[in-house]
Amino acid sequence: MATTIDTIYALWLREIKRYLKSKSRVIGSGGQPLIWLAIFGVGLGSVFVVANGTSYITFMAPGIIGMTLLFSSIFAGVNVIWDKQFGFLKEILVAPVSRVGIVIGKIAGSATLALMNASVILVVVTVFGIIPLSSLSVVGVIEAYIFMALISFVFVSIGLLIASSINNVEGFQVIVNFLIMPLFFLSGAIFPIGSTAPIWMQGLADIDPLKYGVDGMRAALIGIGSGSLWLDMAVMIAVAVAFLLIADWSFKRMQAK
Amino acid sequence: MNGGADAISVKGLVKKFGNFTAVDHVSFNVKEGEVFGLLGPNGAGKTTTISILSTIISLTSGSASIFGHDVSRAKDEVRKMIGIVFQDPSLDDELTGRENLDLHARFYGVKGEQKKRAIADVLKLVELDAAADKQVRSYSGGMKRRLEIARGFIHHPHLLFLDEPTIGLDPQTRRKIWEYIKMLNQKEKLTIIITTHYMEEADELCDRIAIIDHGKIIALDTPEKLKDSLGGDIIRIGTNEPTRLVALLKKGKLGATVKEYGGNTVEITAKDGSKLLPRVISLAAKSKIPMEYSTIKRPTLEDVFISMTGKAIRDEEGDGISARMKFMGGRR
Repeated sequence: MATTIDTIYALWLREIKRYLKSKSRVIGSGGQPLIWLAIFGVGLGSVFVVANGTSYITFMAPGIIGMTLLFSSIFAGVNVIWDKQFGFLKEILVAPVSRVGIVIGKIAGSATLALMNASVILVVVTVFGIIPLSSLSVVGVIEAYIFMALISFVFVSIGLLIASSINNVEGFQVIVNFLIMPLFFLSGAIFPIGSTAPIWMQGLADIDPLKYGVDGMRAALIGIGSGSLWLDMAVMIAVAVAFLLIADWSFKRMQAK
Repeated sequence: MNGGADAISVKGLVKKFGNFTAVDHVSFNVKEGEVFGLLGPNGAGKTTTISILSTIISLTSGSASIFGHDVSRAKDEVRKMIGIVFQDPSLDDELTGRENLDLHARFYGVKGEQKKRAIADVLKLVELDAAADKQVRSYSGGMKRRLEIARGFIHHPHLLFLDEPTIGLDPQTRRKIWEYIKMLNQKEKLTIIITTHYMEEADELCDRIAIIDHGKIIALDTPEKLKDSLGGDIIRIGTNEPTRLVALLKKGKLGATVKEYGGNTVEITAKDGSKLLPRVISLAAKSKIPMEYSTIKRPTLEDVFISMTGKAIRDEEGDGISARMKFMGGRR
């Protein structure tokens, strides 16, 4: 009998192996965020003024890490739909393994890949001095990684949740594309949603989990967060647990065709 | 067959999808060590039945148990005892054959040296050792099927489900797969339940067969007894005087059923057809009734199905094959 840990490890290993076999994914995943950073960071840098002398592109860098995590995490749900279409999901569902193990294994695998992508961006922005090495501390980097892990955990769960009730890739992409832009722009990743923003926009931003993640990362990496780092972390943990429970419930409910 | 405990016990099983009753009060038992067949046309409820037995979908009413474990209450117990080869492919084709087996072994708690040995053994069994480290997407349909059978057996289940194991395969590959199935049953004493809409497959492999149509079991017996239930061999004779020939043969007290079949053909059903035919020919010759031809055949399960349902098994390829085609198309 496989334990829950065996199940999580097996599914995690599968995601990693699949990823490493597909070279275009390995190379392609870092490209888009860097293009955003180059074009928006430089282009808007002349317009935006950030407090206490931080340059705009530095302000934006943690946001771009958040963007990388958001995109690669939520789109990982598409793998569940492929598994449905190619029948592999039945192989998983008929195995004598705990359902929560299946969900956590899927999340762990996809979150690991998202973290790998985000790490590449973090290294690049540090090497190019966009996040000055002087502002980084060991504790700060560890804190940032906790936020990065939480962000990917939350958005992989959301992706799985959407995928569990949809059977085709096109439908999944429509829904995710619809969600992803507001989640990204309201998070404060590329511009802050401050007290001057309309109330409705502030309200929407407040229920965007990415806002707390990006804010936490910004505090940890460049020392300018708008809220409290611990509050950010508490919110992210609560949201992560909530989505894990919902994703677990949706997988238990799901029957193979 | 060793006449042991019941591997499967199904009582009054019903599965409804909305208003449609896919499985309608089905009951049967499968003994340990047996190869049991569910034979019927596409859409008869075969796959639904084994999906319920393998805990993939829930039942509407009735009960089913695998080695005494209820399929709706003791799901994990049941899952541990069974292996399953689905009708549609269920491999991760980005991984290699060996990686697929490795993943499966992990799901079933097969570890370390035992895992390595089990994987090597099943790969040898289905003759895939040479291709084991290639990506599954490069495999032919037959290789994928063999890999799935190997996978279904890797954790040494007590009961193996095979859902249309040879659908869409060429005749040679089909023979090969039949050999593996027989070997698993005989050497490994594995109980096997197989669904098929191929008559010759059911005849070749199964100890007992349940013929299923519109969600109901309409006959259940050994292939021999099912065929014998039709009354024996079928002789057909072509003649331009069928009415006279029928009258003559009826008078001759042959211990056989004689009737006009239409189209200047007379049909005789008898236990020992090959011995009867020469007598029929000499009787006809004496009365100077001209005979154009004669045929004799053992009834097939197809004939059994026709006599029970009044129709032939619809031999069009069902969802399984169309899904497979789509599957292959999508990869190009």
